[in-house]
Amino acid sequence: MGNEEKQSKILGDGKSKYRVIGTRPVRPDGVDKVTGRANFGADLQIADMIFGRVVRSPHAHAKIKSINVKKALALPGVKAVITAADFPELDKSDIAAGEVTVSFHDMSLNVIARKKALYDGHAIAAVAATSPEIAARAAELIEVEYQVLKPVMTWKQAMDPKSPLLHDGMITKGVKPPPEKPSNVNARHEFALGDLAAGFAEADVIVEHEFSTETVHQGYIEPHACVASMSADGMATVWSSSQGQFMVRAQVAKLCGMDISKIKAIPAEIGGGFGGKTLVYLEPLAVALAKKSGRPVKMVMTRDEVFRATGPTSGGHGRCKIGAKKDGTITAADLELEYEAGAFAGSPVMLGCMTGTTPYDIKNMRAVGYDVVVNRPKAAAYRAPGAPVAAFVVESTMDILADKLGMCPLELRLKNAAKEGTKAPYGPKFLRIGYEETLLAAKNSKQWNTPLGPNQGRGIASGFWFNIGGNSSASVALNEDGTVIVVTGNPDIGGSRASMAIMTAEVLGIEVSRVKPLVADTESVPYSDLTGGSRVTFATGKAVIEAAQDVVKQLRQRAAKVWEIDPDQVEWKDGMAVAIETDKYKPLSIADIAKVAGKTGGPISGKANINAQGAGPGFGTHICDVEVDPETGFVKVLRYLAIQDVGTAIHPSYVEGQLQGGAVQGIGWALNEEYVYSKEGNLLNTGFLDYRVPVASDMPMIDTILVEVPNPGHPYGVRGVGEVPIVPPLAAVANAVSHAIGKRVSALPISPPKLLAIIQSKG
Amino acid sequence: MAKVVLPLDAARTFANGVTHVEIEASDVRSLLRALDLRFPGIGQRLRTGTAIAVDGEIFQDPYLELVKPNSEVYFLPAIEGG
Repeated sequence: MGNEEKQSKILGDGKSKYRVIGTRPVRPDGVDKVTGRANFGADLQIADMIFGRVVRSPHAHAKIKSINVKKALALPGVKAVITAADFPELDKSDIAAGEVTVSFHDMSLNVIARKKALYDGHAIAAVAATSPEIAARAAELIEVEYQVLKPVMTWKQAMDPKSPLLHDGMITKGVKPPPEKPSNVNARHEFALGDLAAGFAEADVIVEHEFSTETVHQGYIEPHACVASMSADGMATVWSSSQGQFMVRAQVAKLCGMDISKIKAIPAEIGGGFGGKTLVYLEPLAVALAKKSGRPVKMVMTRDEVFRATGPTSGGHGRCKIGAKKDGTITAADLELEYEAGAFAGSPVMLGCMTGTTPYDIKNMRAVGYDVVVNRPKAAAYRAPGAPVAAFVVESTMDILADKLGMCPLELRLKNAAKEGTKAPYGPKFLRIGYEETLLAAKNSKQWNTPLGPNQGRGIASGFWFNIGGNSSASVALNEDGTVIVVTGNPDIGGSRASMAIMTAEVLGIEVSRVKPLVADTESVPYSDLTGGSRVTFATGKAVIEAAQDVVKQLRQRAAKVWEIDPDQVEWKDGMAVAIETDKYKPLSIADIAKVAGKTGGPISGKANINAQGAGPGFGTHICDVEVDPETGFVKVLRYLAIQDVGTAIHPSYVEGQLQGGAVQGIGWALNEEYVYSKEGNLLNTGFLDYRVPVASDMPMIDTILVEVPNPGHPYGVRGVGEVPIVPPLAAVANAVSHAIGKRVSALPISPPKLLAIIQSKG
Repeated sequence: MAKVVLPLDAARTFANGVTHVEIEASDVRSLLRALDLRFPGIGQRLRTGTAIAVDGEIFQDPYLELVKPNSEVYFLPAIEGG
């Protein structure tokens, strides 16, 4: 792999208090996944199943004048055709779905267009037939008459008052007084602390720079896929790959005009989501087709459809101005961001405003963000939504500031690092956080102290994400032989089955191999929020711990019954019931108690239904070393180190995997990935050959250092870890390349032709 | 009295731009009621898609969380994730 120094280590107090937490057992779902036995969204086959196909707009911006489905319906084998007319028209009440607030009204129009096609690939109609080939032929026979409109493809075009409007009546929110005329700007957000002008007046040095990024896709390997069936009495069953079966149920119910109780959502295994599967695309169409045809309907997107019609994340623009004293103390920061939301309002620009400067203690700051609609697919969540682009803007400007001050960029960050008690840009003061520890770990790392060669550069950047809790349910049931089943309602994306099993085993004091974790459907476990926001190990883990503690309480009671003593006289120690202050009774194992459960009160199980609070924020610092070929502009990543405050690593391998995966996605964002559109607004690179994500042979080993600063809001100190690692890489890479060539790189991706032009430019 | 900081847009819409206020309340529910009495309409705005930070701890979907006499309370957008 070409890596000169490898390190993967955990920095903590060195004294593990735990029996199971911190160990690295094989994941319970691992064998099925590596042998191909696991069932993903596209794997389900059921009797009488037919196949759905979506008709998509070839235009980025067009009025739909008419849709004629007669020829398609006449084709033998076609069982149903649907258009927007088959769905209820919804009002504009907002909900939170994923981390991007969307309205069901907009979601409905995104799933299937009603009057206007708003991006290349927008669903217009769908057909179901007895074979995928017939469905494809029928889709071609559906005649759609369009009035083609001028597309609005970038934030800059969209904010030009002369550009066409995507939506009638979009009045910019967050502006007082409200604008009189509609525009393509959905909202202006502002966060501020202190006195900006006074802060800049105090500064000895002020730097200001502008940056831009392109639309990028989450790039999950598994395309969206589902099967839906409807019973004669109107009960729907939906099998699909998603980040939350309860989310699927709720959104399908709303979009199809059904009661939640009439829908059962069964989670398939998921081949990557990264936020992009926190909402539905195919499921409502499949349900409508199943309802109309009376047959189960399977729908699987092609890669082309995934790129054209499912959630990328916003491209955008940013400007940052930072003032500092000669000693590096930052006195003020002013951040402005414009994010492209896609065809409907709701980019993550507000989260960009809330996160960009958060690693630093800045008394005077302002962050202003504009949410802008353009004729691209509606942005969906993508790991730490909004934060990577904001961090690219701020962390690059920090690098420029360090250069101007003649200061080491790491020392500049240390000088201004947020600590316990620092006020975040969005208001509250931090409780215990570990950002400073990540910088100290970076300073002491081998990579930071490795000399660089010719045409090589090193970049450092930091990042922040809030992490969240939320609603989670869990049950823990004791089998007759003392083995245990733990059931939760969250699809396992990043190894959460293993984490749930480990925490259950820790509470019960048993081997993790004796715990089987299950992910249940919507009728087999109470409600849980979706898998997202780095919440599952924290929040669902908390529910699992409470459910396991409930079991321990019952185990003590049962042992007390066996011994005919008070339950308070029984403690649970190392997986055994032990009578306190007497050796009269032989300790009882969990298997001993399970064996006689019928005699002491019946089966034993515990449950917990919680809204978990106390999520601890996360900070990361990344170091990237690159070498630039001055003749081609090609960038080779030589070494990469991701350091993060992870709270407590329940299963360190999966925590390291989160850091490595986030870093690689961020490196791809920085170097290669972008949506390329024709001037008519058609997406040109709809496959992985042309939309280039990094592959293993492109990358060095991504080294990691897990800094363990336990979160006081979790019994085992867990912090979410999945989002932070995609925040720093954009700037870490850009800073490294800028140092390698001696010129500032301000636009992503840093593709070879673009970089070569910068290298060859004067100035 | 808890020290309450209102979001800029809510302050501009409902509170004549006043962002810092002191409110007597024992929990989030009573705090929202008191704010609504002082600035009619702000309660509904702050109950929608909003999280609350009380003394640095962020609560999503808050309702019964305790507020102390000297607590610092901030409203911020509800945050989810990818």
